[in-house]
Amino acid sequence: MKKLIPTEKMDIREILNDLENYRPKRRGWTWRKKVKNLKMGAFEFTNCSEPLKNSIGIPASRYFDNLDPQPEEVITTEIASGRFEDDIRRMRMAAWHGADHLMVIRTAGQSHFDGLIEGTPQGIGGVPITRKQVRAQRKACDLIEEEVGRPINYHSYVSGVAGPDVAVMFAEEGVNGAHQDPQYNVLYRNINMVRSFIDAAESKKIMGWAEMAQIDGAHNANATARDAWKVMPELMVQHGLNSIFSYKSGIKKENICLSTVPPTAAPAPSMKFDLPYAVALRDLFTEYKMRAQMNTKYITSSSREATVTHVMNMMISRLTSADIQSTITPDEGRNVPWHVYNIEACDTAKQTLVGLDGLLEMVEIRKDGYMAKMVRELKERAVLYLEEMIETGGYFEAVEKGFFVDSGNYPEKNGDGIGRKKDGGVGAGRVFTRDEDYMAPVTGHFGNNNIDQYGAKNPADLIGGCTFEDPDKIVYIDELDDVDNVNVRMAENEEYRSTSKIKPEVEWLADGTVQIELFLPTSQRVAEFAAIEFAKKMNLANPEVIHSEVMHISEGTRVQVKGKVEFDLDLDTLVIPPEPEVMSDDEIRGLVEKYDMKIVAGTVGEDEHSVGLREVIDIKHGGVEKFGMEVEYLGTSVPCEKLIDAAVELNADVVLASTIISHDDVHYKNMKKLHELAIEKGIRDKIIICAGGTQVTPEIARKNGMDEGFSKNDRGVNVASFLVKRKKEMMENK
Amino acid sequence: MKGYLKREDDFSTRRKHLNNLTDEELKNRFWELAEKLVDPMLDLAKTHTTPSIERSVLLRMGFSSIEAKPLVDGAIDRGLMGKGVGHLVYKISEEKKISIRQAGEEMIEGNHWDTLMEIFKGGKK
Repeated sequence: MKKLIPTEKMDIREILNDLENYRPKRRGWTWRKKVKNLKMGAFEFTNCSEPLKNSIGIPASRYFDNLDPQPEEVITTEIASGRFEDDIRRMRMAAWHGADHLMVIRTAGQSHFDGLIEGTPQGIGGVPITRKQVRAQRKACDLIEEEVGRPINYHSYVSGVAGPDVAVMFAEEGVNGAHQDPQYNVLYRNINMVRSFIDAAESKKIMGWAEMAQIDGAHNANATARDAWKVMPELMVQHGLNSIFSYKSGIKKENICLSTVPPTAAPAPSMKFDLPYAVALRDLFTEYKMRAQMNTKYITSSSREATVTHVMNMMISRLTSADIQSTITPDEGRNVPWHVYNIEACDTAKQTLVGLDGLLEMVEIRKDGYMAKMVRELKERAVLYLEEMIETGGYFEAVEKGFFVDSGNYPEKNGDGIGRKKDGGVGAGRVFTRDEDYMAPVTGHFGNNNIDQYGAKNPADLIGGCTFEDPDKIVYIDELDDVDNVNVRMAENEEYRSTSKIKPEVEWLADGTVQIELFLPTSQRVAEFAAIEFAKKMNLANPEVIHSEVMHISEGTRVQVKGKVEFDLDLDTLVIPPEPEVMSDDEIRGLVEKYDMKIVAGTVGEDEHSVGLREVIDIKHGGVEKFGMEVEYLGTSVPCEKLIDAAVELNADVVLASTIISHDDVHYKNMKKLHELAIEKGIRDKIIICAGGTQVTPEIARKNGMDEGFSKNDRGVNVASFLVKRKKEMMENK
Repeated sequence: MKGYLKREDDFSTRRKHLNNLTDEELKNRFWELAEKLVDPMLDLAKTHTTPSIERSVLLRMGFSSIEAKPLVDGAIDRGLMGKGVGHLVYKISEEKKISIRQAGEEMIEGNHWDTLMEIFKGGKK
């Protein structure tokens, strides 16, 4: 198979080609390789893992030579737009940003589908998980992991009425992790509880054979309960029941992961609940792995707020432990699979976990006082919960009596739990007793299996090996539906894949969706309706408010709107100015020697920013000094007059003005002022004036009288190259 | 509402018997109780099967999801689930000296079920 080339897009058709004969490279879950005292750049890291071959660091990494340390925790992202072919591209982007656990959400209703779905139908709120879809994405992950240089764990769900079917398909196709928790089926999907547990034992046995990591479903109790912080004893019980059931069904403890969630969020004093809970859980579950989920119960459509919750939750991960770190985005609160937020959340995880590197070498959690009392109390409440379940007659009886997802802080009960009947729910009455001579000639089968009657040692020997031993026995189905499939979808938007046309996208390739942000000086409800009208006048189709926040109940509201643009752009019609030339160091030095360049520099206006300009000047940052240019640095908040006066006084060749603040276009106004002052003093034709800053657009800077403008991506070498080139022109035209 | 129990928080009285347990003992108790709760369900799982489990067996034997369904339905209709559907296919393949796939394909077409009824003496409805 052709390797990926970083500068080229993935060819989805190539991925889909010859899938029938594709076999996954490996099976089983992979943890990151921790490196003790990892040295990277100028630093030594305590909690990091092997670096990637290809990656994109967080935005600030450009100040650190593109340093991109990878935390020791596996980082998850959830990708599922309804079209798996589009998600493949997103998987590649996420992997470059540090995700190595790619979780695919299933389409709505798949848990009630009695059997495997085949082909590639489009999904709603997720992807229909099928053999073809899984094989294509696993194949893509096999390519992507080679590109980034770290194994990717591919993950989906083994639940619903077809759990064992799905588990077998996952084992065959090299899926590395899955959610599996019969309690989830029972409580939230109303699948018959007896059947759920019988199926679960088989599913888990299969997952154990395939060395898959399992994540439980307990976090859903937190998301469902009325007062989520009261559900902590139950969360521990749910984790406990699924963990021990899984272990006894055949999954190794080190592959059983608790989907642990900090139960509450600010404005509650969340750490007072979340931290003792995290400690109590880790005290009880010493042999199991922690998958640190973030709180989704109190997530809203605010991306800022979701990010803060995420960071607070990761503080707990660093203070206690996490083996897998989840990333959930505000899309949970908006129901839009906005991929940029997936990437942001991966960056948030990386930024926070690396920033908190070595935390436990400096602080420790107290083992007395409030903390000790809370931890003990939580554990006792959980034990009491289990005791009463046994007194009631067992798990099934407890569920029938509405034990679970009760909003009381157990033993308190509010009588509002979710109850299910033992003989009710989807798939009820479809459980059959195995006779004495029951037999199943396959590997990874749970429970009674009378192979002695045929004198076999291993069940699968009876049929010369099953698909687990001989993958060539797997029957691959391509498509069942002539209309609802990937080939039809790709033909429809082919021009955006194979021509120079592009459109913005959020959910699907070329869907045209964009987001706009408005502040409207009016009350919230009025602002939301007004925002829709503004969006319509901007020619956005189907505008919808996805978020609004009150700035003041009468003074104004912030509104975010999404809508669709109904036009595309042909990239061939674009006129893009060439990238600025960069000369070699020696070339620049030679010209500086010849022309002897003196520079006056400062941040102009009422502006205290100094970092950018210092970097452009300082020799240690590769600034212009390194080429022998002489710089007189006047500091920050320098009036334009002072800068020009200094240039006159020192007979400078260059004025370099930094201008960061851009309210009311003050940065361009200052440029104009510098230009005019220089004319006034009669030096404009003898001097080079340049301005730079994060919000500076070179073209606009030139229109405002600058010789050149420099923006956030320009470095000392860019500035120096321009200066000597310009100086040379000036000298030669004299 | 649904008639589920409502109760004030009686933690301070209910916990009394746990008071003297060390943290280690409390942890052991948690796991003993959890195990006691899941053991009967594991026993159920060992001694029972479902359509989904049988389909998963057939998948592993080299049948597609589309082929697995009618085979399981055929076994349910004839009360033969207790034998294991994979077992039925294996039996026909042995009896008729044909491959597993051929046995299954022919069973999907409605063949061999009488033979199975004879061999397994009718099974259980």
